[in-house]
Amino acid sequence: MPVALAAAVVVILLGVLVLLRRVIVGPRLLDRVVAVNVIGTKTIILLALVGYLAGRPGFFLDIALSYALINFVGTIAVLRYYEGRVRRGEPVEEEA
Amino acid sequence: MSVLEIVAAAAIGLGSLLMLATAFGVAVFPDFYTRLHAAGKGDTLGQALVLAGLLCLGGDLTLVVKLVLIVFFIFIFNPTATHALARAGWVSGIVPWVRGGQDPGAPREPGA
Repeated sequence: MPVALAAAVVVILLGVLVLLRRVIVGPRLLDRVVAVNVIGTKTIILLALVGYLAGRPGFFLDIALSYALINFVGTIAVLRYYEGRVRRGEPVEEEA
Repeated sequence: MSVLEIVAAAAIGLGSLLMLATAFGVAVFPDFYTRLHAAGKGDTLGQALVLAGLLCLGGDLTLVVKLVLIVFFIFIFNPTATHALARAGWVSGIVPWVRGGQDPGAPREPGA
């Protein structure tokens, strides 16, 4: 069973690497936010898997649970700030 | 290996592959809305599968409650975040991608 868990961790980490490319190249700010949000979901699953691998799932699941809440609040906060700037007509993208 | 462990391994493998597919979707799809499509669906189902697999490994009641709570929260949070992202994109005037680069309609003013 630890082999399956470790394989899942490796596969998800590969996904995070692929997503980091999208975070870096953009091209828009919102594309980066999408990628960071998905990386956050993957981090929650990674925390749960690592918890079972380390033999202390209860402790790690607590962290995963609070990370889920923080990830959601962070995304919503960025988007509210972004929409506010758009509605006020302020620039939202950095100049190339 | 018991039957339950085989089911757990299958669910974890399937879920992690689905999350990898989500990552590739976000990385290679052509525009913002299509990327959002990949991000909103694949990850929600992928995490549910992985956590259901972990649930099959057993444990005491607090462990089960925590796993179910994480799945429940992500099932609410992920679609909500996707919706908020799509709305932010629409409000800021991102035009949906169309195959062949045809004109998808008149350009909209930001904030409309």
